[in-house]
Amino acid sequence: MEYEIKPHRKFDFGLTELWSYKELFYFFAWRDIKVKYKQTVLGFLWAILQPFITMLVFAFFFGKMVQSASLNMPYPVFVLSGLLMWNIFSSGVVNAGNSMIHNSNIIKKIYFPRLIIPLSAILVSVFDFLMAFVIFLAVMIYFKFKSNLDIHWISFILLLPVSIVISCIASFGVGTLLAALNIKYRDFRYLIPFMIQTLLFVTPVIYPINIVEPPYLKQILALNPVYAAIEILRGSMTGIFPNNDLILISIISSLVLLFVGIFFFRKTEYYFADLI
Amino acid sequence: MKPILEIDNIGKKFRIQHELKPYRSLRESLTGIFRNTKTSYEEFYALKNVSFNVNAGEAIGIVGKNGSGKSTLLKILSKITPPSEGKIISRGRIASLLEVGTGFHFELTGRENVYLNGSILGMTRTEIRSKFDEIIDFSGTEKFLDTPLKHYSSGMQLRLAFAVAAFLEPEIMIIDEVLAVGDAEFQKKCLGKMEDASKKEGKTILFVSHDLNAITNLTQKSILLKAGSVDSFDSSIKIVEKYLQNASAETTYRKQLRDEIHYPVISSVNIKTSFPDNTHVADEPLTLEIELHVPKELPKSVTWMSIQISDFRDKGFVHVSTNSREIKLCKEAGIQKVICTFPKLKLYMGHYHVNVFLAGPPGEKIYDVVKNVCPFEVIIIGKEFDWKWKPELCAYFEDANWNIN
Repeated sequence: MEYEIKPHRKFDFGLTELWSYKELFYFFAWRDIKVKYKQTVLGFLWAILQPFITMLVFAFFFGKMVQSASLNMPYPVFVLSGLLMWNIFSSGVVNAGNSMIHNSNIIKKIYFPRLIIPLSAILVSVFDFLMAFVIFLAVMIYFKFKSNLDIHWISFILLLPVSIVISCIASFGVGTLLAALNIKYRDFRYLIPFMIQTLLFVTPVIYPINIVEPPYLKQILALNPVYAAIEILRGSMTGIFPNNDLILISIISSLVLLFVGIFFFRKTEYYFADLI
Repeated sequence: MKPILEIDNIGKKFRIQHELKPYRSLRESLTGIFRNTKTSYEEFYALKNVSFNVNAGEAIGIVGKNGSGKSTLLKILSKITPPSEGKIISRGRIASLLEVGTGFHFELTGRENVYLNGSILGMTRTEIRSKFDEIIDFSGTEKFLDTPLKHYSSGMQLRLAFAVAAFLEPEIMIIDEVLAVGDAEFQKKCLGKMEDASKKEGKTILFVSHDLNAITNLTQKSILLKAGSVDSFDSSIKIVEKYLQNASAETTYRKQLRDEIHYPVISSVNIKTSFPDNTHVADEPLTLEIELHVPKELPKSVTWMSIQISDFRDKGFVHVSTNSREIKLCKEAGIQKVICTFPKLKLYMGHYHVNVFLAGPPGEKIYDVVKNVCPFEVIIIGKEFDWKWKPELCAYFEDANWNIN
């Protein structure tokens, strides 16, 4: 085995190297999940309670307001499906964005592809999602009996992983970008929660996109990278996909963000240890 | 055979902003754009033109003062930070131990931390599993395997951390100051393990330490770094001597006193050698002047002072102590000056330094310890005989009467 250590000039995504460190990735994710649930009394319950309570709050305050025909499903199911995808994205972005700072000790002492850190941070939010998914199933079944909600189970099961993957891509792109920026400018530590909060309200998570009339406004809202994940999940349940072009916009947006995020991260990665 | 590590003209440049801040805030960057003011940068080389080769199986020590570029060199070798110039060719897997216990998490148990830390250091899961029992055995923490690390004593944490590191199997191992901590017994165990690694298993070791004794024991050759460049590359004993020689030619050690002290401290130590520049002629009187800073008088307690003169391996050659009946120390608050004279210092030629201890009655508090100060060299003049004096011939002179019957 022979290799060179040289000043960095050429750019590459370093995916082969990333793959060779998959075990470390697994250990980081395992550590984050374990530590997160070890320090809390309620443990896994938190992952379930948090989206459930948010759903109740939204259903209580907005449920009547957004009772439009375009919903195709009871508002609590609608909002919870949105929140689940949104949570993968938002907690993924927050965790990934702060992950480099949290692991600065390791970064200063040991070499490994740095992308592992934000990547494993996102896995934690996927894990949270899996916990919360239990409550989602319960809510779905409740409304199936209560208001005869018709669920297309097969398309739901088939498209659910697609939604999850899109959410992950979205949060990985934004998360890596913020993680890299956070090292250079610590302002982002304060900016991230604010940004996430604002984004929740200006994007079609808790209300349907049809609430806005002009097509250009819809297209702008669809730039939200999580929109596709939410819309696909909702569509898969009802079997109705009214906004395919908007979904495409959202997917392209998340792919662009993924590329930009990784590119910027890789560009600045070499100097993290000097800056952190 | 090609060397396992070829370090070719490595340089590392830092840009220092004149406001010394580790990171910028976004506001500063933004206002910087609008104001169109140029922040003044200064270029600074932490390393420059560093070249040397390491052959497989060699153990190389790296010594140098703080800020001479040791850590930067190790960071470049372990790929944590890239060089700005030059290149390194490595023909083996490098594992770096810049700090034992990197990535340890206090909430996780000992067992979990072994897996996590091992993985961070580059071991595979199967590798860790196969060595797990040995690691635990070496650390001596088997009883606490399933206890969270936060309940471990610091010594136990360290032992566990070193145990994981000791079972790494890279071709090249980079070790930075890891032995500076821990109790003496465990340090010895670690040194033994490292000695085995280099001498029996033929691993290549790069070892940075301020423990010069460890450097000379573990390594045959060493590099002296000085202001970011290789000053010399020679046998470890020669390098250590050279390092001590120009480490600090200061005759006076002075302690920065913090505002609040509750016990007496040694505030300065000054050496008066027979020649200026810390050079002393064997058999001449040597004087040490020690200043004590006494915050409040200790009328009831007895205070002792002792002075040790050691060589670069920190092996003591001279040890003297005050007699509490004759020398009353710290009896009143203020500054007290103590003068100690060796009428005829009989040390053999070589490099030495001074350690000073200040303590209460035996078994009670040690007030202050000052180590590794006032380095000086002993030379021999006027004692010529037909043979030349060789270094390390003996430790001290003795007067002797010769008779022929």
